[in-house]
Amino acid sequence: MKWIAAALLAALLVLLPFFAGDFYINLASQILIAAIFALSLNLLVGYGGMTSLGHASYLGVAAYISALLTSRYGWGHGPAAVISISGTTAMAAFFGVIALRATGLGFLMITLALSQVLWGLAYRMSNVTNGDNGIAGLTRPMPFGISLDSAASFYWFALVVTLVGFLMMTIFASSAFGSSLKGVRDQPRRMAALGFNPWMIRWITFIYAGFWGGTSGLLYVYYNKYIHPTSLSTTSSAEALLGVIAGGSGTLSGPVVGAALVLLLKNYASAYIERWNMLLGLVFLFIVLVMPTGIVPGLRKLATGLCRGSR
Amino acid sequence: MQFWIIQGLNSLSLGGLLFLLSSGFSLIFGLMRLANLTHGAFFMLGTYFGATALRSYDGLNIWVTALGAGIAVAAIGGLFERLVLTRLKTNPLGQVLVTLGMSFIISDACLLLWGGDSIPVPTPQNLQSPTRVLGFVFPTYRLVLVGCAVGAAIVLYFLLERTRLGAMIRAGVDDRQMARAVGIPVSNLFTLVFCLGAGIAGAGGVLGGPILSAYPGLDADMLPLALIVVILGGIGSLLGAFIGSFIIGFIYTYGTALFPELAYIILFLPMIFVIAFRPQGLFGRVGA
Amino acid sequence: MTPLMSIYALEVINLKKAFGGLSVTQDVSLMIRPGERRLIIGPNGAGKTTLFNQISGDMRPNSGQIKLFGSDVTHFAPYKRAHFGLSRTYQVITLFSGDTLEHNVTLGLLGLQPSRWQMWRPLSFYGDLATEARRILDTVGLLHLAEHLVSNIAYGEKRRVELAMALAQKPRVLLLDEPLAGLSNTERSQVKSLIASIPRETTVIMIEHDMDTALDLAETVTLLNYGRVIVDGPRDGVIADERTREVYLGA
Repeated sequence: MKWIAAALLAALLVLLPFFAGDFYINLASQILIAAIFALSLNLLVGYGGMTSLGHASYLGVAAYISALLTSRYGWGHGPAAVISISGTTAMAAFFGVIALRATGLGFLMITLALSQVLWGLAYRMSNVTNGDNGIAGLTRPMPFGISLDSAASFYWFALVVTLVGFLMMTIFASSAFGSSLKGVRDQPRRMAALGFNPWMIRWITFIYAGFWGGTSGLLYVYYNKYIHPTSLSTTSSAEALLGVIAGGSGTLSGPVVGAALVLLLKNYASAYIERWNMLLGLVFLFIVLVMPTGIVPGLRKLATGLCRGSR
Repeated sequence: MQFWIIQGLNSLSLGGLLFLLSSGFSLIFGLMRLANLTHGAFFMLGTYFGATALRSYDGLNIWVTALGAGIAVAAIGGLFERLVLTRLKTNPLGQVLVTLGMSFIISDACLLLWGGDSIPVPTPQNLQSPTRVLGFVFPTYRLVLVGCAVGAAIVLYFLLERTRLGAMIRAGVDDRQMARAVGIPVSNLFTLVFCLGAGIAGAGGVLGGPILSAYPGLDADMLPLALIVVILGGIGSLLGAFIGSFIIGFIYTYGTALFPELAYIILFLPMIFVIAFRPQGLFGRVGA
Repeated sequence: MTPLMSIYALEVINLKKAFGGLSVTQDVSLMIRPGERRLIIGPNGAGKTTLFNQISGDMRPNSGQIKLFGSDVTHFAPYKRAHFGLSRTYQVITLFSGDTLEHNVTLGLLGLQPSRWQMWRPLSFYGDLATEARRILDTVGLLHLAEHLVSNIAYGEKRRVELAMALAQKPRVLLLDEPLAGLSNTERSQVKSLIASIPRETTVIMIEHDMDTALDLAETVTLLNYGRVIVDGPRDGVIADERTREVYLGA
């Protein structure tokens, strides 16, 4: 049953550009990018039990590195992407060492402070980052010579990357390492007594989450052809966190659903409501108070309840 | 030479402001184990209240305004704590998230009510004329701010160390379970401390108005500073918040003067050192 | 110079621990031989669990040494001591309540395996781990509950899962912290026979309050009070000792 649904969904995703207009294809691309970003954050929040409010740093730094290397220094997209991802991953390793000196709320505060520092840098170092103007006029890469400028071609590119990422993170979640990560989340003392190294497990996860966060950053800058300090801001990190929690952290589809929801709300609500942030705040309050485990687990409960009732 | 001395005074006044901002944050975190991400917004709310009040009513006393704003913000904080935070006692992550959500609500509400332009706040008239000390000329208001911070520190010290209420708060910080076990009304204490913290932030916002102005994004500028002060000074320690505020005030002011582009990195460095070598902060009693 | 194989499985040498002004471990020394069954007793607050915490690495002593089979592990993190053959159970249940019994024991097996770092293969790929986990559940009589979630089983069964997890590590030294606490009579005799059947390759050190049951299992006994070793030696000698009576009947 699950396989049929998955296959149908896959077919739908692949064939989307054939029956939808450019507006919807672009929206779908944005959802894919948000999904990968949310999934990478979920590695930390859902599976690792480490709530970070600074995840946008990885998206933003990867985007900025790519933007600067290609536009200012004339690098090709291939090498730029390599440096971008490796630089972001290295930054995650460094930040991880600092942030993991604490757990829980201390960890949260450190990730927030670190990301604010980066945001401040992006804003202030205008001769490097162009400050509040952002960096515009960027181009999309041409993998194997194929242009990604049309909505459909970019969408398929993003789809491939997203599916690969989703698959790898799914395997990660059910792997031995993933199980040990969840174990450290639930009972760190017990895990240490069993021979697992909690710090190392958390640190590696932190780096891996940074890697995929950076990947989503590359997709982001390729899609928008523009980067601005706001993408590194706490609001950006908070939106991702909201998506993960609203959708259901610790599940695989939850963050995707949540990210899509936040994106759709943002795109549509901001057309009707000027104060999008206030709505975001209210949604946060609502979800945490009423549906703390998230939409996907909530729906699952509902579904099992209905199944039982209909017998 | 004059420039550096002025920077020194600016550091002190910034430090004073930071103490008004972060003392509440430190108290709330120390007692309630809650990283109150709404704290910057509480401060900003005070600044906006002060801006409107002081601009509309010419002769209005800034101290009265600060007190009024402090009470108003404390009330908002109290409502939030009772209606939302108490429902999330078993969900510390949820608590942090709702404070984040609340900060978005407040900051957007400010944008809605006061618009997107920066609103300068007039320095109170009787404090406008400069003070002469040892041949140097200082803006009086900045000196007064330092005095305010010291005054607030003394009042808080007395409250925490010499009153029964303070003893209950300190007991709650040290061991919440035990405090409850000996009959301390921890839940009411939480509301009180949250109101107190929010109120100090609101009052601090008014007092900071003449220096900072009220502008959208003030909350996002102030919150990380509060975080860094508390990480440096140690959670739950009033002394730590006091000393940390002035250290950060100095680092930020001189840093921005010398290397404006790297201001955030200069703030960042002491935090890294503290976390690397002394995670509980300079004076911390409570682990993060 | 090759390290000498110590004749002791666990040595605790002049261990001291204080919290501020409160001394919880005062110059404690223990010498425990391989295969021994040592019982540590003492009134509440005597510092038994604190001692265990220092042996397992959850707490750092202020001074003193801890040696496992001659190797100094005093400064080792808890996970490293597990790799030296140390295993423990806790006073409070610390199982993974949202997971099945089989998964819990599998984690117990995984901790010492190099494959625990594997990120690219699902855990279910390692069939031999699952088989071994089920075998271990069988030895504690819980195979029929293998697919059940830990949150859904009885307290006594949870205690047995804890024991299963600890035994899964095939430890050389096993620390049992009040394994019989809170159990009904039937459960107590079940757990007791499980402990009695632990192979001699594993040295067992047990903290227990329920003296009647525990004394049957013990060969040697250490009596702690106020963080100090009061009496130490073969079981019958300690029981008969006057100081033991003093500690338990009060002054």
